[in-house]
Amino acid sequence: MQKIKGKGKVNEADVKEMTREVRLALLEADVNFKVVKQFVNRIKERAVGQEVMKSLTPGQQVIKVVNEELTELMGAEESKIATANKPPTIIMMVGLQGAGKTTTAAKLANYLRKQKNKTPMLVAADVYRPAAIDQLNTLGKQLNMPVYSDGTDKNPVDIVNAGVQMAKDNQHDTVILDTAGRLHVDESLMGELLQMKDAVTPDEILLVVDAMTGQDAVNVAEHFNEQLEINGVVLTKLDGDTRGGAALSIRAVTDKPIKFAGMGEKIDQLEPFHPERMASRILGMGDVLSLIEKAQTNVDEEKAKELEAKMRNADLTFDDFLEQLDQVKSMGPLEDLLGMIPGAGKMKGLKNMQVDDSQIGKVEAIIRSMTKAEKVDPKLMNASRKRRIAKGSGTTVQDVNKLLKQFDDMKKMMKQMSSQMTGKKKGKGGMQLPFMK
Amino acid sequence: MSFFRKLKERVTNQTDSMTDKFKDGLQKTRDSFSEKMNSLAAKYRTVDEDFFEELEELLISADVGVNTVMELVDELRDEAKLKNVKNSRDILPIISEKLTERLDFTGHDSELTMNPDGMTVILFVGVNGVGKTTTIGKLAHHFKQSDQKVVLAAGDTFRAGAIEQLAVWGERVGVDVIKQAEGSDPAAVMYDAIHAARSRGANVLLCDTAGRLQNKVNLMKELEKVKRVIQREVPSAPHEVLLVLDATTGQNAMAQAKQFKEATDVSGIVLTKLDGTAKGGIVLAIRNELDIPVKFVGLGEKMDDLQPFQAEQFTYGLFQNMVEKEED
Repeated sequence: MQKIKGKGKVNEADVKEMTREVRLALLEADVNFKVVKQFVNRIKERAVGQEVMKSLTPGQQVIKVVNEELTELMGAEESKIATANKPPTIIMMVGLQGAGKTTTAAKLANYLRKQKNKTPMLVAADVYRPAAIDQLNTLGKQLNMPVYSDGTDKNPVDIVNAGVQMAKDNQHDTVILDTAGRLHVDESLMGELLQMKDAVTPDEILLVVDAMTGQDAVNVAEHFNEQLEINGVVLTKLDGDTRGGAALSIRAVTDKPIKFAGMGEKIDQLEPFHPERMASRILGMGDVLSLIEKAQTNVDEEKAKELEAKMRNADLTFDDFLEQLDQVKSMGPLEDLLGMIPGAGKMKGLKNMQVDDSQIGKVEAIIRSMTKAEKVDPKLMNASRKRRIAKGSGTTVQDVNKLLKQFDDMKKMMKQMSSQMTGKKKGKGGMQLPFMK
Repeated sequence: MSFFRKLKERVTNQTDSMTDKFKDGLQKTRDSFSEKMNSLAAKYRTVDEDFFEELEELLISADVGVNTVMELVDELRDEAKLKNVKNSRDILPIISEKLTERLDFTGHDSELTMNPDGMTVILFVGVNGVGKTTTIGKLAHHFKQSDQKVVLAAGDTFRAGAIEQLAVWGERVGVDVIKQAEGSDPAAVMYDAIHAARSRGANVLLCDTAGRLQNKVNLMKELEKVKRVIQREVPSAPHEVLLVLDATTGQNAMAQAKQFKEATDVSGIVLTKLDGTAKGGIVLAIRNELDIPVKFVGLGEKMDDLQPFQAEQFTYGLFQNMVEKEED
């Protein structure tokens, strides 16, 4: 890249060098080689001979083209779940074994109830995997949501029929069908899915795909799509460290949108899929947008402003500190947050840094063991108070001392920072927290 | 005699039902792969850069890691030059030989290490949904066939229905399952299971664990603890730590192998779901970089669909059609 800086036009050699890198990056991200080939050819066509924009180097120009093409391929918008004109809306989950259909079915039900005010119910039609029905029943119990099941001896087609009927009878506006995992090349089992489809005509057939899937993702997606005409895809286990190139492969061969992404094992960790962000993840550029959005929705702006004022005057109390901790915690595990910062993965120390959420718990316990007066004025602290706090929080006096010291350092730092800030930008509102607009 | 024929001879000498099963299970993998290799050879009569590039893609399509493919193809380029191979048909045996070389583990280390004096403890680890519980059920059946007394430990206390799933397998196979309530400490389950298995005079204890993504530090720590507890109770245990990998997984399988090896010192791999169209080629890269042998492959959903891994059979399976064509 250094070599091709400062040129006015992108020439073929530049592009060749860049596309080689792009090709390897995509292959390493598990994008199917055929998709990569088509993609790289398009990049070559588009990039050669282009005038380099004023602000860009040829290298950046190629990256820009790559990014645009990737984003276009991934689709630009979030996709929604269809709603039936006449309820109930029927959603059928299909996919290979172990992709995460059952978990996703429960997560989706929870999501639709919480975010879309639906009244979903679940149907356990996986009669093959041992205890799959138990699994869905347990999840249903956790969610306090009805699950229709009828043992493992019945035909799955009859089960989904009866399940949909129950949804109608009990006025559920949405019914989610969990089906058994199966190989896309298993003709009889694929036939069974088709029978289920014909029996209840689902409004959405969602193919559940493991984000770690390799080159075979195209075969899987193609087969399921050809035989069932899927409406969309759910990408699971995206909280892992996979680059998730399967997403791109699936898009390219089926042209069906990825609608949701599974982001963890907890029942509320299903998120609408953001295609434009996936493009940068596949290329390995971090997921800044996710981080910003997460912060925006979770941090109460009023409180942040109040806090900012307090910071400026350095009259921060332990109560504020606790509030701050709560806000950070509500953004999800710190590890997740760190993972979204571009480059954080590469930074020394950060890569294997173990974010210990239990440390936060300790700090919280100590603060909560303080009296009101102590929280406002740490100077009150003496040996006997510290002993009491340590005892009350199940920690040691050393832990308490450490926290007091850290808190003091923080206040000092803030004082310094705010005096610098107000010095530089007079009247412009002073210090901005990183998560404020 | 060509390498193919030698390979075939060795393989046909072991034509028991097990080998057939292995072959049948790999049917789809083999068909598509060797078909492609053949059409590649037909398309490029001579061995040139285009040939190598397409070979690169062919191997990548089998999920053989990108680095391994680049290495392998470089080696082949040199070899082709050295032996002055011009015809593409002539290079196919060399490809097969190189692949087998990388898969073939010295000695018999694809056999499981058993405890010579006492109970053998095998710990299963892996990410979510790869088939740990199913593999344990199948392996329990495998051991029971050879008259071993097997006990299963339901260490996946996290996922809903996981304990019941193992319990169903226990019933099917006819072995005891030691379990506690969902949400209990998996290390405590292992402690219990070891003592229960001992008092029941078991020879083999198979320990299930909850699936976890390798980048979750706390969950990996939990796994380390499970292993420590096993070690404390039976100092020579676990005798095997088997990492279960899904053949459909791409490059991330390498990261899985690395992280799980670091946390639990993985001694072998079980490659599951090889009955689909996925090739599981990443085991080549894992063997190359981490030297972890494949011990079993999962070829279906039935009890006896778990087969010991045979490197020669695996490669022969991939190239079988080519061998037969060569003989015509």
